[in-house]
Amino acid sequence: MDLELMINSFPKLISAAVITLKLLSVSLIIGLFIGLFFATLRLNKNIFINKFAYGYSYVFRGTPLLVQIFIIYFGLGQIEYLRSTVLWVILKEPYWCAIIAFALNTGAYTSEILRSAFQTIKPGLIEAGKSLGISNKVIFYKIQIPIAIRQSLPAYGNEIILMMKGTSLASTVTIMDLTGVAKYIISTTFKPIEVFIVAGGIYLFMTFIIHNMIKFLEKRYNFNN
Amino acid sequence: MNIFKKTIFSVLLSLLVMGNVNADKIRIGTEGAYPPWNSKNEAGKLIGFEVELAYTLCRYIGQQCVIVEQDWDGMIPALIMRKFDAIMAGMSITAERQKAISFSQGYADEVASLAVMKGSSLEGLDTPAGINLTKPNAEAKKALKTLTAALAGKTVCVQTATIHQNFLDSGDVGKVNVRTYKTQDEVNLDLASGRCDAALAAAVAFSDYAEKSGKPVVLTGPTFSGGAFGNGVGVGIRKDDTELLKKFNAAINKARKNGDISRIATKWFGFDASM
Repeated sequence: MDLELMINSFPKLISAAVITLKLLSVSLIIGLFIGLFFATLRLNKNIFINKFAYGYSYVFRGTPLLVQIFIIYFGLGQIEYLRSTVLWVILKEPYWCAIIAFALNTGAYTSEILRSAFQTIKPGLIEAGKSLGISNKVIFYKIQIPIAIRQSLPAYGNEIILMMKGTSLASTVTIMDLTGVAKYIISTTFKPIEVFIVAGGIYLFMTFIIHNMIKFLEKRYNFNN
Repeated sequence: MNIFKKTIFSVLLSLLVMGNVNADKIRIGTEGAYPPWNSKNEAGKLIGFEVELAYTLCRYIGQQCVIVEQDWDGMIPALIMRKFDAIMAGMSITAERQKAISFSQGYADEVASLAVMKGSSLEGLDTPAGINLTKPNAEAKKALKTLTAALAGKTVCVQTATIHQNFLDSGDVGKVNVRTYKTQDEVNLDLASGRCDAALAAAVAFSDYAEKSGKPVVLTGPTFSGGAFGNGVGVGIRKDDTELLKKFNAAINKARKNGDISRIATKWFGFDASM
């Protein structure tokens, strides 16, 4: 064990963890909106809209995240027509390709989590709102969404942790995130165990923080007691 | 003995036998993704200059060999962790790598070069045909200055953990935006897509890609050798494995004397890259 290498690589890995957190937070925010949008489509009674939303979540939950990143980064880069459009400004950058892949992936899982949360809402609550003369729109924003978010907290907490670990795949499209920098240090020191232990420790610490944040929110918004 | 027990017994027995068979074979690690040095054919079989050379060297050593595939970025750690006994993967002999492993004498050498897409502003740089960085002369120093000016702010793509990455990181051509990839294939893809302004690798890696893909990839600037680019390509061997090192050095001597290395090199590179 090369302790000196572990200590020396720690600050470099910490600053790389900031990139990891940036990737995670941006894709979670975009993914949450995508998820909410598709969850409402899933609840729509129109069969085409419903199937379309189902198809999206089926495809993105049924294929590996690595494949999705590769299709978006290397695959779309091969289409000559695309390179002449304005879209290329975004797709040229590895960072945005990774964000698009992560957001679409977490969006698919989030839509499923939210859909099942919406479906657990007791019809009585919505009927109570209607009987008070509240409009459907207000019922959706003020009753259904807050309850759905509370219901989905435990499952969504898991999704955040899975996504955080998933961001390590950004290193496969040249992004210098925590895993990317760890690999870079290994490429010059040839000591994978030491460097990956430190990187793994940082991932574990981030999981610890996320886990406790979710636990705190769960306690705070627990309406069963 | 019932069938279940019999199966377990025979599996254990075969594992034991296989272990024994592998014990006196030399295991050689290669990447299988760096043509023409080493690559795979459509059937997934390892082919290339080093695969053919490895079998030739093993014949001179008088031992059987198995060639093992290993991703480039884990090559040296895998050798140290005894996944195999020797590396033949187009790995240049550099001072940095020699801190971790030993190398046999070099068996082949070829130059590195920048590549761009046809029509790039980096095409046709005013530099000599080739520069040696071991003791750079005035001409080489001037070429580095020209490159520094031309590459400022540009994105240059390389395979990770290579001499090409080391060179760009060394600052000899100023501050370029270095992007690293797991394989040379991915470097080629992103050069063709336009995400990279230029790429740096073995010159033959680009000409091989241009030929096979039909993409307008052209070489530019001088060819590089010496300095960060190391002193030829040799067999990587664990530091404590001095006996195997001696065997490989002797085998390379014999293969060179008999003309085997230059014959195989000419077959795969189209020119004699042996040394």
